[in-house]
Amino acid sequence: MRHIISILMENEAGALSRVAGLFSARGYNIESLTVAPTEDITLSRMTLVTRGSDEIIEQITKQLNKLIDVVKLVDLAEGPHIEREMMLIKVKTPGAGAREEVTRLVEIFRGNIIDVTPTTYTIELTGHADKLDAFIVALDKAPILETVRSGVSAISRGTKSLHI
Amino acid sequence: MAFRVFPANDGAIEKESLDVKLTGAEILTRFLADEGVEYVFGYPGGAVLHIYDALHRQDRLKHILVRHEQAATHAADGYARSTGKPGVVLVTSGPGATNAITGIATAYMDSIPMVVITGQVPTNLIGNDAFQEVDSVGITRPCAKHNFLVKDVNDLAMVLKKAFYIATTGRPGPVVVDIPKDVTAEIAEYKYPRQIEMRSYNPVVKGHPGQIKRAVKMMAGARRPMIYSGGGVILDDASKALTELGHLLNCPVTNTTMGLGGFPASDRQFVGLLGMHGTYEANMAISNCDVMIAIGARFDDRVTGNIEKFAPRAKIIHVDIDPASISKNVKVDVPIVGGVNNVVKAMLKQLKADGFKPNEETLGKWWEQIEKWRAKDCLKYSTDGERIKPQHAVDLVHRITKGDAFVTSDVGQHQMWAAQYYGFDKPRRWINSGGLGTMGFGLPAAMGVQLAHPKAQVACITGEGSIQMNIQELSTCLQHCLPIKIVCLNNGYLGMVRQWQEFFYDKRYSHSYMDSLPDFVKLAEAYGHVGIQVDKPADVEGAIKETFKLKDRLVFLNILTDPEENVYPMVPAGAGLDEMILI
Repeated sequence: MRHIISILMENEAGALSRVAGLFSARGYNIESLTVAPTEDITLSRMTLVTRGSDEIIEQITKQLNKLIDVVKLVDLAEGPHIEREMMLIKVKTPGAGAREEVTRLVEIFRGNIIDVTPTTYTIELTGHADKLDAFIVALDKAPILETVRSGVSAISRGTKSLHI
Repeated sequence: MAFRVFPANDGAIEKESLDVKLTGAEILTRFLADEGVEYVFGYPGGAVLHIYDALHRQDRLKHILVRHEQAATHAADGYARSTGKPGVVLVTSGPGATNAITGIATAYMDSIPMVVITGQVPTNLIGNDAFQEVDSVGITRPCAKHNFLVKDVNDLAMVLKKAFYIATTGRPGPVVVDIPKDVTAEIAEYKYPRQIEMRSYNPVVKGHPGQIKRAVKMMAGARRPMIYSGGGVILDDASKALTELGHLLNCPVTNTTMGLGGFPASDRQFVGLLGMHGTYEANMAISNCDVMIAIGARFDDRVTGNIEKFAPRAKIIHVDIDPASISKNVKVDVPIVGGVNNVVKAMLKQLKADGFKPNEETLGKWWEQIEKWRAKDCLKYSTDGERIKPQHAVDLVHRITKGDAFVTSDVGQHQMWAAQYYGFDKPRRWINSGGLGTMGFGLPAAMGVQLAHPKAQVACITGEGSIQMNIQELSTCLQHCLPIKIVCLNNGYLGMVRQWQEFFYDKRYSHSYMDSLPDFVKLAEAYGHVGIQVDKPADVEGAIKETFKLKDRLVFLNILTDPEENVYPMVPAGAGLDEMILI
């Protein structure tokens, strides 16, 4: 099963490599991983998407908790949550027809065209990972030059929050 | 710099712990002394020259110069295992740090408190492939409990305090502190940090009272209870509480290789080691018990054998300080996270409050069954042959040292024989690399033990393969007057490898025969020690007596043993514990 593990950790040099190293050493897989400082610059928030049986996820959370730099963590998949991913995608738009088609798709998917050249569009799109996948499928005929995805960020619904 | 105070020439100020300005190197040595460190095991080099200079100018810390950095870590490890206090290591950057890795990993696998100071190239050269540069923090990350790179001398004292705090609390382990050379030269104010707080690190100490109640209820209802205890009991000094629990429940007690001495081997209730080379009675009891109380043990693969067949009839209570050890390999019914000593004491209190009385009828039947298993006498060996039996040699060492020696070992057959036959009645007496299985551990570990216990008898039971992995430490032993007794069970083979090749590779002894062995007697003498060799069963007792009589000398006793002897019983890989090969 897919799990989203959200980690609050000390914003120290090497904190990211401790997490990445743990996953490779113990053979767990990482689907995506994002990390950035929070409003408190001494803390970083990491969102990690992984897959595994209940036993493996239990071990993953225990092993993560054992890392000295980890302050707190939560498996967001255990409750209602919101997840978002941002994608920047550059597509070739050779003629007027292609440009119209892409513009329409961007509107349907509620994205933004953020850069334009005579032959390309660069699009920004945010949403659930599935939506981003669907957009790529929908682009179909427009040749993709570059895809940049941020990895999943997620937060729990309601008043619950991960803080110290 | 008139305001600087050198510790060596101003002891008074030192004792009053005033804020003083010191170099990083002086802060390090002052801190270690203030922390109560007695010995630093190390080896100098370019990146730690400032530190070695500071060591030279003080007299509170004693430095033990080893001959290889791996030995420094094992010696610190032996010191830690035999005292419970953290071992301290000081090595230089690059090869100094990489040589220390094996010892750090050894301590990590066995949860031994240790602080390893590694020198690093100056901060402006980090990342430049400088001379003797290696990413020590990167290399030690997966084999240490935690590590630090100190980039600012103002952080040094606090980082060191954190290192000791992390190394010695929770599930203990080695912590590495990497200090660039320039940081050891810079000056900062020093005050010993007495207090420490870490929001991200708060190990659980007390067990959950509800879980303890559940566990006690399960024990009370048990018909065939069994205690399986490991290194956690030794580390948390819980053997007194464990022994009381065993006696109150009147159940069989088995120890892992790491847990020997946690429950007295001479106690009637002790059924010996369990696992791959465990006794018949211990493994059969595990396979048939209905309630297993696992205390400070981690269900290692050498203990469980085939995990599907492990303790199939048992409900399992598992006490461990490390939540990640619980339900990692074997699903348990009552997990209790907490310090072993606290939890076992709480269990005793609860059992007594409940007016617990063992069920004599069901226990009687259980013991009757266990005695039948025990009657197989699975550790018997014959002494009729012309070759010295290694088991007999260990038995004799036990008898001649009155079972009261500190025994270190290396890894292989001799390790298992020492574990099976020495019979440890006290904790912290059996010092071996249980988790990582590090050959070359025994002799340097014995150095740490002997330094910590100068009057005690320290025996290193080893083999001719293992001893050669750190033989150079014979020189350290001479320099520091360490009268260790090396008992080398020399069968001319890498015995455990040979045994597996005999059983599982049709006796194709691929590279397990050690020909061209040195003359160990002459080698010992060349290093300034005493060497003795025996090859006849009739002479072995006399030789061991003579060895231990030489109180103030290191003796290398080379015992030529039966080369074909195997370690029994043995659970083959993939088999259940009740599917043992007996002799």
